[in-house]
Amino acid sequence: MAPPQDAATEGIVVRAALADGAIIEPTPATLLRRRVLGHAGLLVGGGVLVLIVLVALLAPWLAPHDPLDQELARKLIPPIWHDSAKATWTHPLGTDGFGRDYLSRLIYGARISLLIGVAAMLISGVIGTALGVTAGYFGGRVDMVVNFIITSRLSLPVVLVALAVVSLVGNSLWIVICVLGLLIWDRFAVVMRSSTQQVRNLDYVAAAQALGCSKARIIIAEIMPNVANNLIVVATLEMAHAILLEAALSFLGLGVQPPQPSWGLMVAEGKGYMFFDPWLVGIPGAALFALVLAINLMGDGVRDVTAPERRN
Amino acid sequence: MLIYACKRFGVAMLVAVAVSLLTFSLIYLSGDPAMALAGEAATQQDIEYIRKFYGYDRPLPVQYADWLTKALSGNFGYSHYLRQDVAEIIFSRLPVTMMLGACALVFALTLSIPLGVLAAMRPNTMIDRFALTLAVVGQALPSFWFALIMIFWFGIVWRLLPITGTESWVNFIMPAVALGYYVTPAVMRLTRTGMLEVLASDYIRTARAKGLRPPVVLFKHALRNAIIPVVSLAAVQFGFMLGGSIVIETIFAINGLGYLAWESIQRGDLPVMQAIVLILACFYIVLTYLADMLNAFLDPRIRVV
Amino acid sequence: MSDILEVASLAVDIPLAAGVLHPVQGVSFSIGRGETLCLVGESGCGKSLTALAIMDLLPRTAIRTADTLTLNGEDILNAGEGRMSDLRGNAMAMIFQEPMTSLNPAYTIGNQLEEALLRHRRVSRRDARDRAVMLLEKVGITAAASRLRQYPHQLSGGLRQRVMIAMSLMCGPALIIADEPTTALDVTIQAQILLLLAELQKEFHMGLLLITHDLGVVARVADRVVVMYAGQIVETGTAEQVFAAPRHPYTQGLLECIPIPGKTRRGANLGAIPGMVPTLIGDIQGCRFRERCTFAMPACAADVSFRPAEARDHVYRCLLTPAECADNFHRKVPA
Repeated sequence: MAPPQDAATEGIVVRAALADGAIIEPTPATLLRRRVLGHAGLLVGGGVLVLIVLVALLAPWLAPHDPLDQELARKLIPPIWHDSAKATWTHPLGTDGFGRDYLSRLIYGARISLLIGVAAMLISGVIGTALGVTAGYFGGRVDMVVNFIITSRLSLPVVLVALAVVSLVGNSLWIVICVLGLLIWDRFAVVMRSSTQQVRNLDYVAAAQALGCSKARIIIAEIMPNVANNLIVVATLEMAHAILLEAALSFLGLGVQPPQPSWGLMVAEGKGYMFFDPWLVGIPGAALFALVLAINLMGDGVRDVTAPERRN
Repeated sequence: MLIYACKRFGVAMLVAVAVSLLTFSLIYLSGDPAMALAGEAATQQDIEYIRKFYGYDRPLPVQYADWLTKALSGNFGYSHYLRQDVAEIIFSRLPVTMMLGACALVFALTLSIPLGVLAAMRPNTMIDRFALTLAVVGQALPSFWFALIMIFWFGIVWRLLPITGTESWVNFIMPAVALGYYVTPAVMRLTRTGMLEVLASDYIRTARAKGLRPPVVLFKHALRNAIIPVVSLAAVQFGFMLGGSIVIETIFAINGLGYLAWESIQRGDLPVMQAIVLILACFYIVLTYLADMLNAFLDPRIRVV
Repeated sequence: MSDILEVASLAVDIPLAAGVLHPVQGVSFSIGRGETLCLVGESGCGKSLTALAIMDLLPRTAIRTADTLTLNGEDILNAGEGRMSDLRGNAMAMIFQEPMTSLNPAYTIGNQLEEALLRHRRVSRRDARDRAVMLLEKVGITAAASRLRQYPHQLSGGLRQRVMIAMSLMCGPALIIADEPTTALDVTIQAQILLLLAELQKEFHMGLLLITHDLGVVARVADRVVVMYAGQIVETGTAEQVFAAPRHPYTQGLLECIPIPGKTRRGANLGAIPGMVPTLIGDIQGCRFRERCTFAMPACAADVSFRPAEARDHVYRCLLTPAECADNFHRKVPA
């Protein structure tokens, strides 16, 4: 294009170029990708989480030993960074009080944490979202009833009730998952309720109603896509919550049972040796911390990039 | 405001009833409470004796009504394991847990509110990033691990603080921090968000245009409005803390309600378990009701119609 | 009659990621005792920022510069924050646009009024209360004593704005800056509030800087008028001069947009100024109005300075001569 002839019409030239398509506005997808790549927390959190998921999935190939294999002769070998004669590369993270390889237990422990986190999150997500969206969409009496249910649930001390139920019903892995799932749906319900309320009053819902769409169709097709990003953020938070709860339950002896390598249980087992062998407590705890931190960072990141106005 | 108070009170009562139903049905999860209570080594005779003693052979509604009416008058039954009335043992342990909860709350509020205010006053600076980092870290730290780390460094390695027991106030330092830090991120973020919003509002601009000094603008005008939702959150978090004290109390061997709960769960002492869950739930209901009232009182738009 | 406020070459710069924004540039005017100066212009032209710059209430990232900025002869450009906060609400007061949100919902009207006085004067609470009652009555609020105990949410928008006016008078300021005080109010109340301001100004012999985009308001109350466009002043003069004989093409365009009862024929097109306000980021050369000006010439791309119209106190920023401007105007508006 020829350079503008005089500065007086420069503005008009730029505007014309825009209309012409010579200067292209970025598409929403491009903008989203830029925001994602620019958000450090999302990248770091997502990266660590993917790493842990991969470790969990590839556990049988990554773990150098069987996590349940006990040999008391090998007990309490310190990790490789201690300068002790006993430390060896055969057991880079040392062994616990029963002679089991700590690295292998750590790797298999990731499976347990992730499984429980995802499963409990899904169960509580279904319950909470169903309750919340119903309350937000229908309002009135339905809303009152759901609010009542949520308040009743919030009044129950979660850890206590979980412990009591597990002690009475039995403590298999799936009972723990179900109990957690049935107890932590409250935030899903609250957030989905308020998101649905906000979206419900917008014009395109009214348009769908005017067209005679069935309620189910409106909920699925119009409302859900717009509350989806809130849902994802809460899902990450509750997954982290479930993981921490299971760790606490296992720590207290009423979660995953020995000899399973739950990280919480490993901390409990290491507690007695803490004075001389603190790594038995430090390593699994650090793993928990890293996993939960990664999930939280990712959740915060998703919230930031999908709705920057609601950033912290 | 009176009508609002009455309505909220009615709702609180209904929730209490619902919770009592849930608590009551808790013991039936194992199928037969008499068997659960009697334990594994019990004979059929023992089980029948227990069933009669605790009235588990009566129809359910009768059991519930009886239990509830007795509970309302302060009679929570009898514990065979402890050979004491449940009410006695609970109320002897309650003050310790209350004390722990109060210390934890004081710690949490003293740390999080000023931090939130500072972060809002200087957004995107070092202090803001520090506050947000602290919040993110605090939310990811497992409470039992944090407690153990503190015990290791402050109790074992540096020998600064006592590890167990409740002899003096020094014993409460680590448990209070371990219990309170979990609440800190939420309160800090809410204070920060609230202050950011309020500081950008028109009436703060008016206050500055009147020439009011910065502390007056910050505390009299800004914080007064921003703190209102924080009060509700703090009350709710206090309720959660009391429920979550079970982990901290067992680690630090503090003889409070949480430790009692854990012991009872291990022993299968059902009446005590039930009573603790009910009491903590009712406490939470009372707390949230008071928080609602305080909230309404602080906001003239609700208080003065 | 010495000037209460003197402003010379006031500029506000705001650094952004995309460059430096210049929302206010080269603004100069003065206000004398008992004089009403109206600052006119469309939304986004920099009027509010000019007011905030005078009061030193700009956002933290903004930088203000000026050759002169004095209040009652005192330099307020380089005065520290301590001195400025002593002057705000005291020697100069400001009334904002949104009465609904400008009062703190947590405190009574009385509390907020009294605090304005107690901050700057050593008087008793009772004296402060008496003055508050007196001023509330002056702004036309009945049952003033009981109003003191009310909260903002119990008052209507019009009442709240009256309270804001009373609040600005608590310390008897020499200068009041009113930033679009009636824009958010019902049309029926607008006139009342303006007349009130005019009366109070006469009674207390204050200077009034009235910021507005409503020319009807200007015609009613202004002694002098300053027309702003895209951060710069394009025309300054007495109300009569600017309304009867506008010289700058932008001012002319504004006046053409207003229907004149009795003159504008039914069905005739009202004037409109095509185009949009230009971006103010980065160094801008020349007249900022040239893209929308029907009479733009290549020379407009270089900086344009002020020139006087027929009267010496009527100046405008354009290359066209007064005679050419007059011609342009009379051609469009039938006499």
